[in-house]
Amino acid sequence: MSMNRRQFLKLATVSTILGAGSATAINSLSRGNLEASQVSPDPKALKAKRWGFVVDVSKLTTDEDYQKCIDACHNIHNVPSHKEPRHEVKWIWKDTYEHTFPNVAEDKIMNRELQEKNFLLFCNHCANPACVRVCPTQATFKRKSDGLVMQDMHRCIGCRFCMAACPFGARSFNYVDPRKDNAIKVENKEFPTRMIGVVEKCTACYERLAIGEQPKCAEESNGAIVFGDLEDPNSEVRKLIAEKYTIRRKPELGTQPGIYYVIGGGEHA
Amino acid sequence: MYNSGKIIAGLAVFFILATLPFLLNLGKANAKIEPSIDTPEINAMPKKHCVESKEFMRAEHMQLLNDWRDEVVRNGNRIYTSNSNGNQFAISLQNTCMKCHSNKKDFCDKCHNYMAVKPYCWGCHIAPKEDKS
Repeated sequence: MSMNRRQFLKLATVSTILGAGSATAINSLSRGNLEASQVSPDPKALKAKRWGFVVDVSKLTTDEDYQKCIDACHNIHNVPSHKEPRHEVKWIWKDTYEHTFPNVAEDKIMNRELQEKNFLLFCNHCANPACVRVCPTQATFKRKSDGLVMQDMHRCIGCRFCMAACPFGARSFNYVDPRKDNAIKVENKEFPTRMIGVVEKCTACYERLAIGEQPKCAEESNGAIVFGDLEDPNSEVRKLIAEKYTIRRKPELGTQPGIYYVIGGGEHA
Repeated sequence: MYNSGKIIAGLAVFFILATLPFLLNLGKANAKIEPSIDTPEINAMPKKHCVESKEFMRAEHMQLLNDWRDEVVRNGNRIYTSNSNGNQFAISLQNTCMKCHSNKKDFCDKCHNYMAVKPYCWGCHIAPKEDKS
């Protein structure tokens, strides 16, 4: 069969249109997607434009106060505690002043008490998160409804780009199976564990917010961690930020972290 | 045809050997896969129902679970309204499905093993405790 240029172009055009059209038709006929009317959020769920935290470590006096928050979080989320330090998985942890604020210049005459204080660190739920930008599978994403930086364990392929990107070290990789060697001390049957080869981090207790409860660390901290809506000028966090002098970790990087650390009391600030 | 006797005999032997597995099982019923719904939680229900009809769940539970996963993790929707009976359910594999179907070995695994599929749900989600058998 011979064909001139005109006939060939005609045939090619028609078959392209037919092919694309039938693909669309097949896709629209395929079933399986839930109807929007079938799913809804829990009416008890806490809502905000952007969740954030205010941390006042002056309310934490002993090591036990810190440990209480850390253990409460790690227990309800089945976070493993491995013997090998290289395999450590952490959602919330404590560190020294100079590790928390490495960008603040060393100052010999500043408040010694503050300099010797430990700080509670966890995911900042940044407004402009570096981890989300680098994730190749959108396993980590910023929730549009309330600005939480979420981690979809089903999608995580364990590339660890997010760990490299996060300036706050908030992410941990499961180098070993978290279920092995009784690494999970207290098993919470209501919450999943993770598997080997995924990255995990603090999720601001999204499973508790969904049923109207505060994050666990805020609940256990005797008021040292306050959780609330950063976009609502009447919220408790906004009042604290307005009243007291607060700083954030590495603000110069432009990720807009959502944890404000109270430095000094209201009367002196 | 040369050696026709040998060839025909050989073909007959080959045919019988090749179809032996089918011939041996001829007329026998295949082992029927019956996932068990005999759990204390289901037996205690006045009217037994799942989130959707039995037929729907049998055919579409994998798709339903995928959709549930995306709705909870990515969209924050945690309540599912059933198409078939209008009831509302909390969307959760661990806390809804497995609360009734507390017999993973006789329910999930039975079909999955038969079909040789290995869903990786249980790598993270905690299965209900069962007697080792």
